[in-house]
Amino acid sequence: MSTIALPRLSSRRTLAPVDADAPLLLARLRAGDEAAFVGLVATHHDAMLRLASTFVSSRAVAEEVVQDTWLAVVRGIERFEGRSSLRTWLLTILVNRARSAGTREARSVPIADAGPAVDRSRFDASGHWSSPPEHWVEDAENRLGAAALATLIRDALAELPARQRAVIALHDVDGLRAAEVCEILSLTPSNQRVLLHRGRSHLRQALESALGEND
Amino acid sequence: MLLSRDFVCEQAVELASDYLEGALSRRERRRFERHLAGCPHCTEYLGQMRETIRLTGRLLPEDLSPQMQAAFSELYRRWRAELPADKT
Ligand SMILES: [Zn+2]
Repeated sequence: MSTIALPRLSSRRTLAPVDADAPLLLARLRAGDEAAFVGLVATHHDAMLRLASTFVSSRAVAEEVVQDTWLAVVRGIERFEGRSSLRTWLLTILVNRARSAGTREARSVPIADAGPAVDRSRFDASGHWSSPPEHWVEDAENRLGAAALATLIRDALAELPARQRAVIALHDVDGLRAAEVCEILSLTPSNQRVLLHRGRSHLRQALESALGEND
Repeated sequence: MLLSRDFVCEQAVELASDYLEGALSRRERRRFERHLAGCPHCTEYLGQMRETIRLTGRLLPEDLSPQMQAAFSELYRRWRAELPADKT
């Protein structure tokens, strides 16, 4: 694996610069500015690939879906009306493409999106903690290191059922607002929060397990 | 105070995301916070959820590989070539 693909942690959240520049960007795209296009692709590529991967079974197919989406985007750019953000528009096209990619069967079976946030066995009969959470919050990075921590979170993300992974990717990794996530994935707000909570719960448990072992 | 209407831990942990996302009703929020005030374990749990969210939000995007960049440049040129002349 090249060093480029190594997961890293940033010191601050990296939000794609969106929308403020959308009209200018669109004008540059329409005028044939190739660098503007590649810049736009680079800005959104990771989020698109991450989202596409929740619908299809291989990285290669996910990359195809992303390319396919960009083709649809450039062909439809005249129809973009700015009613939703450019990012929401891109990701909605992506989801439609990914759904119809025909490779979804393997992942489309809804897997256990319900279920408790914390394993039942950690509570006593009255519903109070019998095996309370171990303390790890302040020293996670000192103990594991930022790179190992990023790998751990990426691996735990990969284990999530598709819809949870999509919601976590959009909301907690890419920093989209809940309303955008609902629009892109056609979810109700409460459904979105259920998936968010399940996904986060799994990531929390993965962190607790890893940091507990280091004791 | 009606103890039967207070949350136990197992219920409280299910509400953590709704709480953090500001989706609880005022009343539920008060009950949730009342539980936290008396329960160090659920307070710890909530702190861990916050930290989990923070760490997840710090994953950096993978860079676009040179091959992908080339593929996208090619895609863009193909699209430009498709355009009727009067639109360019
Ligand atoms: Zn509690």
